[in-house]
Amino acid sequence: MGNIIKENLNPDGIDRRGFLKCMAWAGTGALCVMQGGVMKSFAFGADGKIDKAAMKGDFAFAQISDSHIGFNKAANPDVTATLREAVSKLNALPQSPEFVLHTGDLTQLSKAEEFDTLDQSLKSVRTGGVFYVPGEHDVLNDNGVQYRERYGKDTKGDGWYSFDHKGVHFVGLVNVMNLKAGGLGSLGTDQLEWLEDDVRHLKHSTPIVIFAHIPLWTIYPEWGWGTDDSQQALSYLKKFGSVSVLNGHIHQVMQKVEGNVTFHTAMSTAFPQPAPGQAASPGPMKVPDEKLRSVLGVTNINFIRGKHTLAVVDSPLAGG
Amino acid sequence: MKRYIRNVLMCAGLLGVVASAAMIHGTQIARAAAEKNAAASITIDNFSFTPKEITVAAGTTITWVNHDDVPHTVVSPDKKFRSKALDTDDQFSFTFTQPGTYAYFCSVHPMMTGKIIVN
Repeated sequence: MGNIIKENLNPDGIDRRGFLKCMAWAGTGALCVMQGGVMKSFAFGADGKIDKAAMKGDFAFAQISDSHIGFNKAANPDVTATLREAVSKLNALPQSPEFVLHTGDLTQLSKAEEFDTLDQSLKSVRTGGVFYVPGEHDVLNDNGVQYRERYGKDTKGDGWYSFDHKGVHFVGLVNVMNLKAGGLGSLGTDQLEWLEDDVRHLKHSTPIVIFAHIPLWTIYPEWGWGTDDSQQALSYLKKFGSVSVLNGHIHQVMQKVEGNVTFHTAMSTAFPQPAPGQAASPGPMKVPDEKLRSVLGVTNINFIRGKHTLAVVDSPLAGG
Repeated sequence: MKRYIRNVLMCAGLLGVVASAAMIHGTQIARAAAEKNAAASITIDNFSFTPKEITVAAGTTITWVNHDDVPHTVVSPDKKFRSKALDTDDQFSFTFTQPGTYAYFCSVHPMMTGKIIVN
């Protein structure tokens, strides 16, 4: 267990010049960290060990996504079992996450029993709390009424909100409501106005973490992998030196760096989906049974004070 | 007089036959029209509506069937019809009584669009 760095090592604030350049993660076993303005990468060895010095940070939190409780087809007949394995994975981390972000598609069909099973399964995570944003599967038939009853306390509008944790500003956005024909994800003007106001008075050195279900950058519009008005949202964040965007929806890890913004999508805990254009549609992808757990997983994130960006590690359920 | 009556009777008979024939023919036309107004179906496969565009006669009932492993919906942006979420093998039907063009999409996966033209 490494030591947690608690003091601010950089008295002059966040290093603005560093960029996270690790773009070719295969979803496992790599950690990119900015140390003293220099990017260093550390790979998990075959023995699963990593230089623990690279894991030190002010705090760790985790992201899980796309649990799709209620799904039971060929791609994974038991998504509750794999979610429970993801919970075990979180509980086995060298540093307990201070909280967990669930980036949506908690359920498959927005059914009460599916939400119940999800809540039951996450009860055993050793963490300070779980924060949610809905996926399109969570707001079927009722425009999200049930979702907000369960997870929307103190949220605004369709369920957006923000909170601060040890000096980092977290913003949960909802981009799965009021979708327009032929369009992608959508934030909408009410939410955009709220966001602009929410970050207006924050110091430029405040690290920002945005989390939402559908990716906030355009990955593959043919499959709906993007958000129509995300550029508008990102324009309100231009002044900040460190912005991290965490998304789900696509059931695979993808990364992008654009200026001061790092984008990252997570694996699902339920089933994988094909890479863009590699199949007829973005539906659940069946892989050989022995391979399933290597394409599902959780994301462990370290915030290291004084560093430009988050240290993000994707861990598959098996083989990582 | 007999001849006159016979002619009248013959005419009436002929008229009767013609009338019956007309009635039978009329019934056949109605049946054909009923068949024309029958049903059409659209399947949902691989995040697509098939056929993506369909032309039907007014009075046709269209049934959508979802064959994907994920739920989809059938929604008219003009609020003419709206299904609830259709899981695998679920169906939704709507009868198009008015001519016109009806665009629709899946509200869960909005890149899925379709069009119905009603004559």
